[in-house]
Amino acid sequence: MAYKREDGRKNTELRPMSAQVGVIPNADGSARFQIGHTIAIAAVYGPRELHPQFLQDPMKGVLRCNYNMMAFSGSGDRVRPGPSRRSKEISLIMEKSLLPVLDLSKYAGSVVDVFVELLQTDAGTRCAAITAASMALADAGIPMKDLVTAVACGRVEDQLIVDVDYLEDSHEGGVDLPMAMSMNSDEITLLQMDGVLDSKSLKKLLEMGKEACLTIKKVQLDALKKKYGTGVVEV
Amino acid sequence: MSVLRHHLLKVFEQGRRFDGRGFEDYRNISVEYGVSPRSAEGSARVKIGNTEVVAGVKMELTTPYPDTPHKGGIVVNVELLPLSHSRFEPGPPSIDSIELSRVVDRGIRECQYVDFEKLCLESGVKVWNVLIDIYPLNVDGHLFDAAALAAVAALRDTKFPHLNKEGMVDYTQKTTKSLPLQKKIPVACTVLKLGKHLFVDPDYEEFSLSDARLSVCSLDDGNLCALQKGGDVSFSPDEILLAIDLAVKKAKELRKQL
Repeated sequence: MAYKREDGRKNTELRPMSAQVGVIPNADGSARFQIGHTIAIAAVYGPRELHPQFLQDPMKGVLRCNYNMMAFSGSGDRVRPGPSRRSKEISLIMEKSLLPVLDLSKYAGSVVDVFVELLQTDAGTRCAAITAASMALADAGIPMKDLVTAVACGRVEDQLIVDVDYLEDSHEGGVDLPMAMSMNSDEITLLQMDGVLDSKSLKKLLEMGKEACLTIKKVQLDALKKKYGTGVVEV
Repeated sequence: MSVLRHHLLKVFEQGRRFDGRGFEDYRNISVEYGVSPRSAEGSARVKIGNTEVVAGVKMELTTPYPDTPHKGGIVVNVELLPLSHSRFEPGPPSIDSIELSRVVDRGIRECQYVDFEKLCLESGVKVWNVLIDIYPLNVDGHLFDAAALAAVAALRDTKFPHLNKEGMVDYTQKTTKSLPLQKKIPVACTVLKLGKHLFVDPDYEEFSLSDARLSVCSLDDGNLCALQKGGDVSFSPDEILLAIDLAVKKAKELRKQL
């Protein structure tokens, strides 16, 4: 019998989303993005001087991301505060997924700091973090050619699905495939996978992920338009 | 800095503040419950003016300390997120965050707001530990009042998680049972000193320019449950008593927000 999603969603259906920019007055740019029960809050500080100096790039600004789960945001025990191997890797892949759309050439010697906090989690946290971070960067007025939009696709039993939740993510023998895209240029800026998948399914998942990102990007744009009027260029 | 301080002092001499408030006025306060209802056993958001703080409670089963085998416990942790202010940096807990954690902890612990004995499942073997984590999302002033209020609000929002047949915690299900809390609620108010003036609820600028502070945690009946003097300047005994009277009075107002 074919696998049916526990929450009754269609395989291509995203969880309910909401987004808002300018949620942290102190920050130069900020955003909140919720998908299902996962809530990410992102703040951008900068461009500002980068210390220590040896980290500076004389040709362009440096992007520095910091991903963190609040101690009470996990699905089980309290998450120990402070960086873990997991959070450090996610911070790294966030940087790599955002850099392709950013133009930091005017910010030599400076850093653009992006801090993302997870208030509540139900899988898909790195994707929510990237989606929120790119909105916060736009809110901060950092030159960028597009937003970055991310979604976690996957396979549970025989079904290919988008926007994997915690139950699906922890389903035995499944596949988790987080991806991020710049929709304007149709390029993939983040791709990770764990599990075993045939290449035909991968192709199908990338197509499903792209469709999902298109829907998520609309939510991002709506949030930015709400603050800045309708000056944002349509997809 | 000293120019600004001089200017603020001159405004204070006229009985005014930069934003037009009186010395005993708080900015707008709001308390919201259940901001992380799926993950945390209890959670709350407190806003005081532009200051915003979230607190969450996780419950864990643990073995009690040998000297208090029949008592559960609490752990309070404040992390000054670099997301909340440009002056905060990533890294190990700063001394400010440690002081905040410890003073919020004292306010809750010393009045036994949580009935520790009722957190005991099996004496010497199994007790509940209540883990309270507090995060500022935006900092505009001193954090103690908002952090303490958020901690109490999160405790009031908390429901015990289910225990399965083996006696292990099942975090996916909550019971309807609230924490064993006392009727009298500890509420914190910090009184700032600038020159000879005492005032409450500083914004970031006022806090940076002030000489000293006295944080007072008090109960509904006016009894005190924690004090912490901070800053580089001293208080006279009379000033201390005035500050405490003011803090107890303001705490009564703050308590109504819960």
